[in-house]
Amino acid sequence: MVGGGQLSSVASGQEIPLRLELRGITKRFGDLVANDHIDITVEPGEVHALLGENGAGKSTLMNQLYGLLQPDEGEILVDGEAKVFRSPRDAIAAGIGMVHQHFMLVPVFTVAENIALGAEDVRGGPLGILDRRRNRRDVLETSQKYGLPVDPDALVENLPVGAQQRVEIVKALTRDVDLLILDEPTAVLTPQETDELLAVMRSLAETGKSIVFITHKLREVKAIADRITVIRRGRTVATASPDTSEDELAALMVGRDVSLEVSKGPAEPGRDVLKISGLIVDDDRGVRAVDGVDLTVRAGEVLGVAGVQGNGQTELVEAIIGLRGIRAGSMELDNESLAGMGTKKILHSGVGYIPEDRSHDGVVKEFSVAENLVLDMYDRPPFGNAFRLNAKAVADNAGERVGQFDIRTTSAEHAVSTLSGGNQQKVVVAREMSRPLRLMIASQPTRGVDVGSIEFIHNQIIHERDSGTAVLVVSSELDEVVGLADRIAVMYRGRILATVSPDMPREEIGLLMAGITSAPQEDAE
Amino acid sequence: MVDAPEPFWIRERRLGAGITVIGLIATFVFGSLAESKTARFTLSADASGAAISINGQVGAILFGLITVALGVVMLTGRARRWQTLLLSLGILAFVLSFLCWQVAGKFLPLVDTLDGSLEYALPLILGALAGVLGERSGVVNVAIEGQFLMGAFGAALVGTLATSVWAGLISAMVGGVIIAAMLAVLAIRFLVDQVVVGIVLNLFALGITGFLYERLMQPNALKYNQPPKMPEWKIPGLSHIPVIGPVLFDANLLVWLALILVPVIHLALKNTRWGLRTRAVGEHPTAADTVGVRVRGLRYVNVLLGGVIAGAGGAYFTLVSTGAFNKNMTAGAGFIALAALIFGRWTPFGALGAALFFGFAQKLAYYLSVAGSPVPNQFLNMLPYIATIIAVAGLVGRVRAPAADGVPYVKS
Amino acid sequence: MSTEVAEKPAPPKPKQDSFLALFLKNLWSANTVTVTVLSIFLALVIGAVLIVISDSDVLSKFSYFTARPSDALNASWDLISSAYADLFKGAILDPASIQAWADGTGTWQAALNPISETLTYATPLVFTGLSVAIAFRGGLFNIGGQGQAVIGCVLGAVAGFAFSLPAGIHLIVALLFGLIGGALWGFLPGLLKARAGAHEVITTIMLNYVATLFLGWLILQKGVQDPNRSDAISKAVKSTAVLPALPSPLRVHLGIVLAVLVTAGVAWLINRSSFGFELRAVGVNPPAAKTAGMSVARTYTLLMVVAGGLAGLGGAVQVLGTADKLTAQVAGNIGFDGLLVALLGRNKPWGTLLAAILYGALRAGGNLMQVDVGISLELVTVLQALIVIFIAAPALVKAIFQLRAARAARLGASLAKGW
Repeated sequence: MVGGGQLSSVASGQEIPLRLELRGITKRFGDLVANDHIDITVEPGEVHALLGENGAGKSTLMNQLYGLLQPDEGEILVDGEAKVFRSPRDAIAAGIGMVHQHFMLVPVFTVAENIALGAEDVRGGPLGILDRRRNRRDVLETSQKYGLPVDPDALVENLPVGAQQRVEIVKALTRDVDLLILDEPTAVLTPQETDELLAVMRSLAETGKSIVFITHKLREVKAIADRITVIRRGRTVATASPDTSEDELAALMVGRDVSLEVSKGPAEPGRDVLKISGLIVDDDRGVRAVDGVDLTVRAGEVLGVAGVQGNGQTELVEAIIGLRGIRAGSMELDNESLAGMGTKKILHSGVGYIPEDRSHDGVVKEFSVAENLVLDMYDRPPFGNAFRLNAKAVADNAGERVGQFDIRTTSAEHAVSTLSGGNQQKVVVAREMSRPLRLMIASQPTRGVDVGSIEFIHNQIIHERDSGTAVLVVSSELDEVVGLADRIAVMYRGRILATVSPDMPREEIGLLMAGITSAPQEDAE
Repeated sequence: MVDAPEPFWIRERRLGAGITVIGLIATFVFGSLAESKTARFTLSADASGAAISINGQVGAILFGLITVALGVVMLTGRARRWQTLLLSLGILAFVLSFLCWQVAGKFLPLVDTLDGSLEYALPLILGALAGVLGERSGVVNVAIEGQFLMGAFGAALVGTLATSVWAGLISAMVGGVIIAAMLAVLAIRFLVDQVVVGIVLNLFALGITGFLYERLMQPNALKYNQPPKMPEWKIPGLSHIPVIGPVLFDANLLVWLALILVPVIHLALKNTRWGLRTRAVGEHPTAADTVGVRVRGLRYVNVLLGGVIAGAGGAYFTLVSTGAFNKNMTAGAGFIALAALIFGRWTPFGALGAALFFGFAQKLAYYLSVAGSPVPNQFLNMLPYIATIIAVAGLVGRVRAPAADGVPYVKS
Repeated sequence: MSTEVAEKPAPPKPKQDSFLALFLKNLWSANTVTVTVLSIFLALVIGAVLIVISDSDVLSKFSYFTARPSDALNASWDLISSAYADLFKGAILDPASIQAWADGTGTWQAALNPISETLTYATPLVFTGLSVAIAFRGGLFNIGGQGQAVIGCVLGAVAGFAFSLPAGIHLIVALLFGLIGGALWGFLPGLLKARAGAHEVITTIMLNYVATLFLGWLILQKGVQDPNRSDAISKAVKSTAVLPALPSPLRVHLGIVLAVLVTAGVAWLINRSSFGFELRAVGVNPPAAKTAGMSVARTYTLLMVVAGGLAGLGGAVQVLGTADKLTAQVAGNIGFDGLLVALLGRNKPWGTLLAAILYGALRAGGNLMQVDVGISLELVTVLQALIVIFIAAPALVKAIFQLRAARAARLGASLAKGW
């Protein structure tokens, strides 16, 4: 069953042999059509960008190309030959490599062991004894050949994300790939690391390898891609050239003209609501994550924390909300110390919290919408007390919030897992914003959320600010921080490097995010 | 980095405090209860021959004080590098103090003690190794007890019918594999919770062996339940080495099998393709899958191999120990093997050490009850269980299971 | 694995199913009942095979099966049918004794005896089953029901023979002692889980053995051991602390009424109380519960106290209702059986009650089967285990009956968790 692939199949195999051709790929999950007759062609030596917003179906498509999922319909052709990939083994055999968004590395293994896994050099015949020396040499060779420095003996769990990503790329390259898929590779990188990665991609393409680059960041697409395929809601909507303007690409991606700006009036800052000074927090492994942070958030303003993911933002927020113990420093809400107060008391004293990982921390997916809407207020009147729940009050509240926050569900009694990502996030927002707040903390408030819901949530945050709440927004999307914030604190390696105005040129903020300060930095050791 | 105060009660100090406390107990309690008579530790299987002798009371106090000293060294927080060594020495000194108290005025035959410890430990070693294989690839195995029972039953039944101890041993392995196969299919193919499956399979094995025992063996023991015993082989020369000679080189095949399997599995896990893949599958199955490793296939192989080993461990009960099958004869040994696996931190040598320690505790309990000690043997028999609770509570170093242990692998 | 999916998919084309197909589909999606019935059926079939292959008389008839198959088949059928008929007669009702009662030759007690036996065996299982079930709802796998029940037996019995109190009050005190004992035995793993992250499966397994060994020691101590006996048996519980029962020989006692009340209480606790809300949230998503301000550590500890208390109460009911003195085997296997009961009852309170009655029936019927046709009671253990194996793997049952494959999402994966 080939849908809409006839044209390309006529063209294939003529002057330019295609490295990869996807014809009419369709994938359903139950009633959900994740990929709807997608056609894509990739030529040798081409960097092909797959552009689409979160949830558009890009990763699903690539997982089929890599044999992790099987298409319900459609064909995959590699070098003109139809292939069926039942598992990644088949894809690797066909010369396809993939660097996943979440790294596929065993944390307790060394770099060399991770690279060897699945394609081990062995001796001793049936005994299969690992040839560690040869393995190590192979790693170093590939690493030097492509200019990707990695230490073969380091434990992966001790490496920073940038280095782990290099390991992933080396892992793919040692397997002699002709086609390399990179799934959202820049999400965890600084602007400078991103530039380095783009340079590596370019040089790989020059050696004749094809690269499929999955992203939702327009800037990077324009910088590197030879061709761009835009995917929206599981369908290919266009194949564009890099000359296409950012606005046009954005419109293609989301299906209508979107304003990337958040409309808001000037802030009217009031008293200092949250005051943090000298805060030191360790991460789960006992490594310093927040290293002496001073912050003040005033009533009626949005303070945005910008920074590449993994620079201590998560731990900072968890410390404020009482989920993580602190090593030193003070945190005060209207001059009352938050340290050791406990999450429940902090939430009940007028702090709202949107956690960064919605499905992990934000909602209980098996619970109904109604139950999730009282998840942190279930033991307070009118919803209940220390002993019993008031089922009627819970249901009444749900009816009200579902309308007010435009939560699209057929019934508030349905499990939250039946809702789309955007609507799940609206449940969290509705829960946290429907009580009187002094401080609102929103961490990655629109991650994995569709554009319509992003606008809605942004407007809610601004609305909360305008009603006099102090708002702290943490996001690794610089666009989001710039759009929402009245002041921006740039966080790097557990410290606030500078607090700047959102009008500052993006490039300078980008440099700060990479730890580069224009003025010589005073080192407070 | 900005300085932040380090908490005082780091783990080493907590451990040091614990060792100091048990050292004080040893010094004062054991020391005051011990009779001031000679405690003889003979180097043979009975009271005769050369012996190490010490005054019981002096010994109890001396070793108690050594325990205290080791605890205090740890309390200073300055010997973090030697933590494990100090801890082991501390526990050893405590045990010696206890022995001096108990043996005062009597004798403890060391060869017999070691021999007995090893014999009690034998099924535990094999069971724990079976657990290592499964759990390092991500399949929790709480059905060791069931595999033991099936192994013991198979060995008795087929060993009797074929009048061959080797046929019995092979059937024991088959018995273990039957339970392992059920575990594997239910856990890997049907994604049932592995702990649930394990527990239910234990009951299944208990029921089916009990049922067949009552229907077949009880009415006609001669025909169905009189397996030959496994022969003891003496290695000329080596068996004359004092103490360890009679223990290690005058033994049955199962002992050697267990002792050889420990280093073999250790090296294989560390240095072979199979080992690398097994560990990868147990830690991060998705990563293994994306580089072409067959996650489920490898898990099947490992669980079934484990079944072979645990089944052989079951053969111990009928072919080595008692010489006949009896209902529920393993009496929780499978769970002590599980404890040894955990206490040994999911490693072959750790499991060996834990199994020997638990075997020693059991042997000691037996010795004390025979010697009429005031210490109830039930409390010594609790030792493996309590030690394991202490271990998993993180009081003696953190035990960490393989990251994907017990998590079924489902694609996407 | 991360898979992105489209936010709003186009609605799929509705397939036109025949009425029959639709009916079957619905019957099938009423998973619980269908799978339960099929599981019991499958277990009985396997049990029948075991009965036949372990009977040498019948087996010998199979040696000339090709010549006269009817001999073997008839003999097998006779054996199986009489065994399973006994199972029914011993568990529910025996038409002969009903007939005798109607004729005036038998007593009503004899007619009611099977049901009485079933309920007697079911009673402690309700408590241990609820213990496992409520812990499971909170994300904990309480394998320690056995140990908690043993401690419940011990404290219940000791309070029963050591104190002298008026009837009624004495009973309540003894039951409370059992409850508190079990609660303490549950508190320990709960605390270790909450404070040190020690896996409750491991700690509870280990504590089972500690409890059993403790019991083994205690019943030999002065003041506990029956002074007229040299073997391991304790003094008998005083009559003031015994659960009132129906007239002898019927054994069913007030415990079953208590069991029903406790079931209702647990159902309320899980579904209607604040603590229930917490434990359900912690059970399926501890990080989210923590983020919403719940104390996961406190919930785990409290949950294990409640679960332990239930199992301890089960032990106390066992010793005050049927056993009336401590022996090494006083708690039998009620803790582990409770595990099976909870799994069969799908961790729902009323489901657990029904499952306990089913297991009690199997046990009561098994007794008659053993006496009557000489088929070991162990067969019942096999049946019980098999039923749960099939229940836990609904896809297996469906595969055996060659019906529509269950969707992967329906598989037992939701139960799965690591160490």
